[in-house]
Amino acid sequence: MTQAADLPLWAAIPVALLLLIGSALTLIGSIGLVRLKTFYERLHAPTLGTSYGMGFILLGSMLFFSVLQTRLVVHEVLIGILLVLTTPVTLMLLGRAALHRDRLEGNDPAATAVQDPAATAAENPAATAAEKPAGAAAEPSQVEAPRRHEAGPS
Amino acid sequence: MSVSLLTWSLLAAQIMLGAAFICAFYRTVKGPRAQDRVIGLDTLYVNGMLLLLTFGIRSGTSLYFEGALVIALLGFVSTAALAKFLMRGEVIE
Repeated sequence: MTQAADLPLWAAIPVALLLLIGSALTLIGSIGLVRLKTFYERLHAPTLGTSYGMGFILLGSMLFFSVLQTRLVVHEVLIGILLVLTTPVTLMLLGRAALHRDRLEGNDPAATAVQDPAATAAENPAATAAEKPAGAAAEPSQVEAPRRHEAGPS
Repeated sequence: MSVSLLTWSLLAAQIMLGAAFICAFYRTVKGPRAQDRVIGLDTLYVNGMLLLLTFGIRSGTSLYFEGALVIALLGFVSTAALAKFLMRGEVIE
């Protein structure tokens, strides 16, 4: 903390607030990564850190260095642009890979959500009779299950 | 005044980011399947990058910023490659 003594109080308070808010949001996202049950729920949690946590901490850093050097320091925007562009791409790739692997093993999460008899009976009793063809249509995906040995790591 | 305020808020931010780091590490080690480990690793990258930015604010130099930039870039490449590997079984076809 050698240079922070030069920082006036009107700039120190926003920097401290932005840092605290950003790190708290990142912590909430990472706790969600630990606590949520299924993989598809866990996929959403860390984006809190990569969007808002990253944004607040970068804003705090920009404000700190801009006030210290008495000029506009915006090279933190580079990290922001990079993360905002790349996070959706990686998470979509990862979600599609996980869906592909689940379908190879015969438990399609979308199909099992529809086929769950208790959920559909509680939600709409007339729909349970209509679910039978859907269950029959999901059979071929279970036939494909042995192929996963040649499709990659388990 | 501003020094103590910044010191304590930086300490609290670093403790929270360290706890987030530990959470992501737990998911990476424990994760029931490979895709859970990959998303834990991706979160680990982002948390480490944010931790490095707070170290940069603490020391007042912009050297840490370049490390954070490299981590952000390599985190994207590694996660994309791992997702491709999970999907196809190989990275380069």
